[in-house]
Amino acid sequence: MKSLRLIASRLVWAIFTILFVMTLNFVIFRVLPGDPARGGLRDPRLTREAIEAIRVRFGLEKPVINCVQSLNPWEPGPCAVNPFDTQFFIYLRNLAQGELGISYHTNRPVAEMMSQMIWNTILLIGLGQILAIILGMGLGILAAWKARTRLDFGALLFSLLAWSLPTFWLGIILLFWGSNQLGLPIGGRLTPGVDFPNTAAMLKDLGRHLVLPTLTYTIVFLGEYMLIMRSTLIDVLSEDFILTAKAKGLHTFQILKDHALRNAMLPMVTLIAINLGFTVAGAIQIESVFSWPGLGGAVFDAVGQRDYPMLQGAFLLLAVTVILANLAADLVYSWLDPRVRTD
Amino acid sequence: MTTPTTSAPLLAVRDLSIDFITPDRPPAHAVSRVSFTLQPGEAMGLVGESGCGKTTLSLALLRLLPPQGRIVNGSVQFNGRELLALAEPEMADIRWRHMAMIFQGAMNALNPVVTVGSQIGEAIHRHYPFMSPPEVAARVAELLDMVGILGARADQYPHQYSGGMRQRAMIAMALACSPEIVIADEPTTALDVMIQAQILDLLDNLRRHLGLAVIFVTHDLGVVAELCDKVLVMYGGVTAEYADVDTIYNSPRHPYTQELLKAFPDLSKPQAALNSIPGYPPRPDALPTGCRFHPRCPLVFDRCRTDQPALLSVSPVWSSQQSSGYAGTANSKRSGEVRPTHLASCHLVENDK
Ligand SMILES: Nc1ncnc2c1ncn2[C@@H]1O[C@H](COP(=O)(O)OP(=O)(O)OP(=O)(O)O)[C@@H](O)[C@H]1O
Ligand code: SF4
Ligand SMILES: [Mg+2]
Repeated sequence: MKSLRLIASRLVWAIFTILFVMTLNFVIFRVLPGDPARGGLRDPRLTREAIEAIRVRFGLEKPVINCVQSLNPWEPGPCAVNPFDTQFFIYLRNLAQGELGISYHTNRPVAEMMSQMIWNTILLIGLGQILAIILGMGLGILAAWKARTRLDFGALLFSLLAWSLPTFWLGIILLFWGSNQLGLPIGGRLTPGVDFPNTAAMLKDLGRHLVLPTLTYTIVFLGEYMLIMRSTLIDVLSEDFILTAKAKGLHTFQILKDHALRNAMLPMVTLIAINLGFTVAGAIQIESVFSWPGLGGAVFDAVGQRDYPMLQGAFLLLAVTVILANLAADLVYSWLDPRVRTD
Repeated sequence: MTTPTTSAPLLAVRDLSIDFITPDRPPAHAVSRVSFTLQPGEAMGLVGESGCGKTTLSLALLRLLPPQGRIVNGSVQFNGRELLALAEPEMADIRWRHMAMIFQGAMNALNPVVTVGSQIGEAIHRHYPFMSPPEVAARVAELLDMVGILGARADQYPHQYSGGMRQRAMIAMALACSPEIVIADEPTTALDVMIQAQILDLLDNLRRHLGLAVIFVTHDLGVVAELCDKVLVMYGGVTAEYADVDTIYNSPRHPYTQELLKAFPDLSKPQAALNSIPGYPPRPDALPTGCRFHPRCPLVFDRCRTDQPALLSVSPVWSSQQSSGYAGTANSKRSGEVRPTHLASCHLVENDK
């Protein structure tokens, strides 16, 4: 019963946060100089048709919201207008319909561009995270179990080193090494201009392109997972209930599996959620080094191109990912820890 | 329930010494040459101030010392089997099945994210792997019932239990595999007085009912007087005095025991001021020379500062209750003669002779 109420309250909370972020996103991009909706209309790259389309889509002649005609420059407006006939409401309605505006750079709908790129990002970051979690946790468990031995020391040193390496730097080093020594492609998702005879050949090519960015990403995140896993597990292993488990005659593996890991997973869940929440942000460096056609690389490019609609869309997605990851963490946490779940 | 003193002891601990080895520090002699025996169904009190080595000694019996703790000398025989010589897997088979422990501060001795029922059940499953899950569940319910907890609460988590209930659950867990010996390390600290009394009653009843041998580790001589057959008083890692409970209370010979008795509240005179022993027990890595109690002993004399007193048999003349023979057989130099053991390590005992 309590767990249902907990889930419901977390959901409601997440929805409110997302609404808040949407509002913030609206305000920020209309206060910024060169705002995407109006300032952007002077962008020489836009065609006349595009400008007209934007005007209609965003309801740009309409007041921002009741009592406010414009945010930048600040200009009060009539209060007695239909709230459904304001820029803010139109913005919300557009969002609900998946309408995120038109990219200045490509003149294509932002939503369409993002929905193509997001799968590339999920593929790269997902694979990298899964590997980093599995390897980092495994190494952390091993180091904690063999704490203060040479093995622990080696694993610790490796993890500290991996953790402190800048993504950009490691990416470039691996890029040089991988392309020279192993003949791996230097970037992109698929070799351009190749007609793949079948899916297997295409997947093989995709795999070859994935090796270096995934490796880089895995190494950079593995260290953090290892360090957290190791230190929480060492703490848990010194708890009284571990001694009880030993006294019961339980075998090492069972103590680890049934008693230590379940407790040690609690901080890990938080860390994983934080890292997943920053999927898009975390992808920026790795995708630009390896020219990977994902959202991170697109954000990087959009900044350089002052492509506001693209940035606005990415910003919203980033915030929503963080919120959803936190929601997931809360739910997993309450599933793992009965003290959260029950009275 | 007292077995004849001539039977082989269930547990025989001889000259057990334990050091804690920490880098860059001299070894800490936490326990030095402690010996005692435990007969089936017997209750022994293990008494002494904080830091005297009671928990260390208890953990060593199960070979559960932390990595820094080393058993440097002695023997622990269970039913004639030398536990210190067993390989680790064999020792794991003995743990809980034959010797269980209720840990000091049982609040944290239960895993917060595992139901109480499965924490009890896993102990049963470990030692009786062929029992089916329903049989294990039935046994868990039976155990909880024995300690006065509703069987339905097996599915709850430790935080849903009160402090007293958690301690009951620990007791149920300790009894899960019907062990011959239960070590209860200060089973009632952190509980309020009413609950303490209930828990101790429960332990005592179960012990009598099941014929368990129990080692009660405690600071509380009142508990010992009520529940125990004999007493081992430890000071600074050594045996100060070892005798049956009547002897300890009626004719204690070691000044430390005498001081402890003065410090423990006499319920017949609740107004009497409590006498606490000034000073602190020694740290095991900085033990005083001579008698370990000499810096605090009211009867100290010159020899105490230089010579360590041996653990000597007190002449039975001094024991007012020599007929109560709980304390097992003295390893008397006069072979064959059976009399109650009363040992004390104080130069004054020697001087009496
Ligand atoms: N892991 C350890 N490393 C070093 N020294 C230790 C360790 N554990 C215990 N000791 C030392 O051994 C001595 C005996 O400790 P022990 O816990 O056995 O005392 P105790 O009689 O059980 O005390 P209490 O009544 O407080 O539980 C203490 O002085 C303590 O400092
Ligand atoms: S040997 Fe001396 S110091 Fe030690 S207890 Fe006896 S009288 Fe006291
Ligand atoms: Mg203790």
